[in-house]
Amino acid sequence: MSILTLFIIIPVLTVIGILLSKNHMQVKWTAVVGMSLQLISAITLIFLFLAERRAGNTAEILFAQDNVWYQTLNIHFYIGVDGISVAMIGLTALVIFAGIFASWDIRDLPREFFTSLILLGTGVFGFFISLDLFTMFLFYELAVIPMYLLIGIWGSGPRHYSAMKLTLMLMGGSAFILLGVLGLYLNSNAGGGPLTFDLIKISKESIPMEMQRFLFPFLFVGFGVLGALFPFHTWSPDGHASAPTAVSMLHAGVLMKLGGYGCYRVAVFLLPDAAHELGWIFLILATIGVIYGALGAIWQKDLKYINAYSSVSHCALVLFAILMFNKTAMNGAIMQMISHGIMTALFFALIGMIYGRTHTRYINEMGGLMKVMPFLAVAYVIGGLASLGLPGFSGFVAEMTVFVGAFQHSDTFHRVATIIVASSIVVTAVYILRVVGILLLGKIRNDDYEKITDAKWFDRMSVVALILGITLIGMAPLWLSDMINGGLVPIMQKLLSITPMIH
Amino acid sequence: MRHELLLIAITVILLIVEIFLPDDRKRKIILPSIILMTIVTILGFFPGSTGILFGGMYKTTALTVMFKNILNIGVLIVFIQSVDWLKKPENNNKIGEYFLLMLSTLIGMNYMISAGDFLMFYLGLELATIPIAALAAFERFKEHSAEAGVKLIFISALSSGILLYGLSMIYGTIGTVYFEEVSTAVTGSPLQVLAFIFFFAGMAFKISLVPFHLWTADVYEGAPVNVTSYLSVISKGAAAFIFTIILFTVFNKIAVLWSDVIYIITILTITLGNLFALRQQNLKRFLAFSSIAQAGFILLGIIGQSQLGMTTVIYFILVYIFSNLAAFGVVAIISNRTGKETINDYDGLYRTNPNLSLVMMLALFSLAGIPPLAGFFGKFFLFAAAAKQGYYILVLIALINTIIALYYYLLVIKAMLLNNSDRPIAYFKSDGYTRLGLLLCVAGIIVIGFASSIYEAVNKLSFGIY
Repeated sequence: MSILTLFIIIPVLTVIGILLSKNHMQVKWTAVVGMSLQLISAITLIFLFLAERRAGNTAEILFAQDNVWYQTLNIHFYIGVDGISVAMIGLTALVIFAGIFASWDIRDLPREFFTSLILLGTGVFGFFISLDLFTMFLFYELAVIPMYLLIGIWGSGPRHYSAMKLTLMLMGGSAFILLGVLGLYLNSNAGGGPLTFDLIKISKESIPMEMQRFLFPFLFVGFGVLGALFPFHTWSPDGHASAPTAVSMLHAGVLMKLGGYGCYRVAVFLLPDAAHELGWIFLILATIGVIYGALGAIWQKDLKYINAYSSVSHCALVLFAILMFNKTAMNGAIMQMISHGIMTALFFALIGMIYGRTHTRYINEMGGLMKVMPFLAVAYVIGGLASLGLPGFSGFVAEMTVFVGAFQHSDTFHRVATIIVASSIVVTAVYILRVVGILLLGKIRNDDYEKITDAKWFDRMSVVALILGITLIGMAPLWLSDMINGGLVPIMQKLLSITPMIH
Repeated sequence: MRHELLLIAITVILLIVEIFLPDDRKRKIILPSIILMTIVTILGFFPGSTGILFGGMYKTTALTVMFKNILNIGVLIVFIQSVDWLKKPENNNKIGEYFLLMLSTLIGMNYMISAGDFLMFYLGLELATIPIAALAAFERFKEHSAEAGVKLIFISALSSGILLYGLSMIYGTIGTVYFEEVSTAVTGSPLQVLAFIFFFAGMAFKISLVPFHLWTADVYEGAPVNVTSYLSVISKGAAAFIFTIILFTVFNKIAVLWSDVIYIITILTITLGNLFALRQQNLKRFLAFSSIAQAGFILLGIIGQSQLGMTTVIYFILVYIFSNLAAFGVVAIISNRTGKETINDYDGLYRTNPNLSLVMMLALFSLAGIPPLAGFFGKFFLFAAAAKQGYYILVLIALINTIIALYYYLLVIKAMLLNNSDRPIAYFKSDGYTRLGLLLCVAGIIVIGFASSIYEAVNKLSFGIY
């Protein structure tokens, strides 16, 4: 049995444990124990993976396990990881761990809350380790559906509307994906042999060009909906704003990454010719998304909306970098997913904690919070600086790599797009610094805020874990980028065979 | 033949017991009925002989045996779920009738499934339909129920007439009604096409495909919930099964013709079924329209033809039986205890009756095709079957419809879990029978998807049917 199976078994056991718990303290501690184990296994996995690679194991997929599930349809439970999935698993484990602590004071139906949260996590882990398109799709939908309950029951504001909108848009995306997956399956035996859902095997087949042209838009848009591809991003601000803290964290931090990862792993990797031919359309959309998200964030007064729009902008940058089709930019794309995942989870955690104390999310009503809650305020500044790409934090490493890679294209179209996207950094600086200025500095505007207490122990657990992640990647990015580079080799070989221009 | 003989035997036994029970102890028949049905269901699984009887009129194959077993399980669950309702005082003197009528329709379905010629098929179909009309009018003191019975008997008479007319034309052009001889002799001459259209329309009434669905909602709403669930699940499943078999074996040669027809009917059925379901407030009507849409999904497998198509159709019917019976089971118990049947009545149900809400949620998610529940697998395989024939656009339309369907299923889930109500349905303890029935359904919903061996078994038996 591969170590990867643990990533499914632990959450399932945790859910069973939660269902058997008697009171809400037991529920929470079961969740903590389960997700700590999950984090430990993720860290172990990273070390094991690096050790294998150092020992010279250059296989495309490590820790693979292949069980036949539906024999006649050739559906397998096939799991395995490369450098990229390992990085994503690490991110997920970290964010869920922090998310459990961030939702420590859930009072209403805690059992149901943590069950849904961990089910969502199971879906995400399963998605990242799957190499069979069928199980991958199964886990994808499993990750989306609990969101409806999580936002609808424990959310705030227009939660019913947001939950419905989010679920229907994401499931609409998944309907597109299903069509794409079926198309891939039915064209997976160009070189003879049985039809297969096996991602690695399909990547070695050449799918007919007209079929690629037909399937690529479905797959890219399908995953793009979850990756906040403009103009399919509209679920994201509403969903994030209405969701409870931990759900926003998981959603922006991890779930939106399923979109980027799927675009890369399924759409571009399996249909490289069509991606190369049609990529420009989506590149334009991604460019608009980056600028639109950043500008959108400037206008907002609600902290969660600000962060939601900034997530749209940052996730569009991921898609932008993937569509650059070169090694540096793609590496940057994965780095950006990890970096943004941790950073935005930190933001949403902090916003939740601030809201829990001030009972408002409108920045105009707050001020001078640095004086009353220095710990949270400093954490917010760290998150902000990471978000606008200050050296020493993960954001810098990711964005730098993306732009260096993107600028390697010498034609006007790519250059112009890159320049437009790069200018979003300035806009990002505006909205981050504006919030920091109004929210944290200056006078305290409301006398009630004098009595506010700083972070409690569980708040600190959550915040510290995430800040550690940000600085670790910011200070020592090389192990991560090497790991990702190793994972990019197969896709680069495929792309190089299409056009020699890409390096 | 064993299934039919066993069913006839227990029907006779129950009839005799019923007669000798004194009026004030009629309820005593419930437990023996369920026990006998359980025994029949279990005996059905023992391997038995297959073969042909009456010169080809009656065929028993491994596939029909399996489908009869599926129907037995479904009927057993319906029996178990109806107990709570049957124990009401007003039903006291007709409990026996309920079981007898149910069993005779089941025998009719068995005849229909095993039919080897159109005559036997028609006989079975009638036996399976007419007792249901009596069942629909079971609560005869209620106006709605009587209306449902009358509507059902009229519409089935009409559709049987159409069907019979089609069959007579087949006999007229080919000179035989045996499936095997017809299948070799069908040429697609104009009269045969007309015959096929009449046959198709007659069956479409039974399965309630659009535009032959207009009777469904009224009958479903008027009939007692348990009868509705029987009508929409077991009766529809059996009709869809034999319909698929006849299309695949008898009208195989003119598949080019009927696949175009089915293409259009599929789009109409799924889309209209969904759009009407969106507007429903009464849960029985709601489930009626959603089951019209689900029947449309079955057509995707039929249009997929081949062994894959046959397998996915049967597999989906199996999944559908468990999911829909679970949903109807919850509606039935709540309707019996509180008389409440609209979606708004379910507001805040989770806070008062968490277990029933969970069962309902699982059932609706399974119907919507959400993993890891059985409905997901059923739908996915149906889509695969249709896409394999190159019907990508059809699959896309069906997929968009699954999103519409998800919306209205979520409306019910929203009412139960998200909404709060000033006057929610108060907590009540459901009886052991209901709980057992729902538990069986939930087990089915969860297990059927994961246990790939069920799919493989269906697949093995479907070999050579197309």
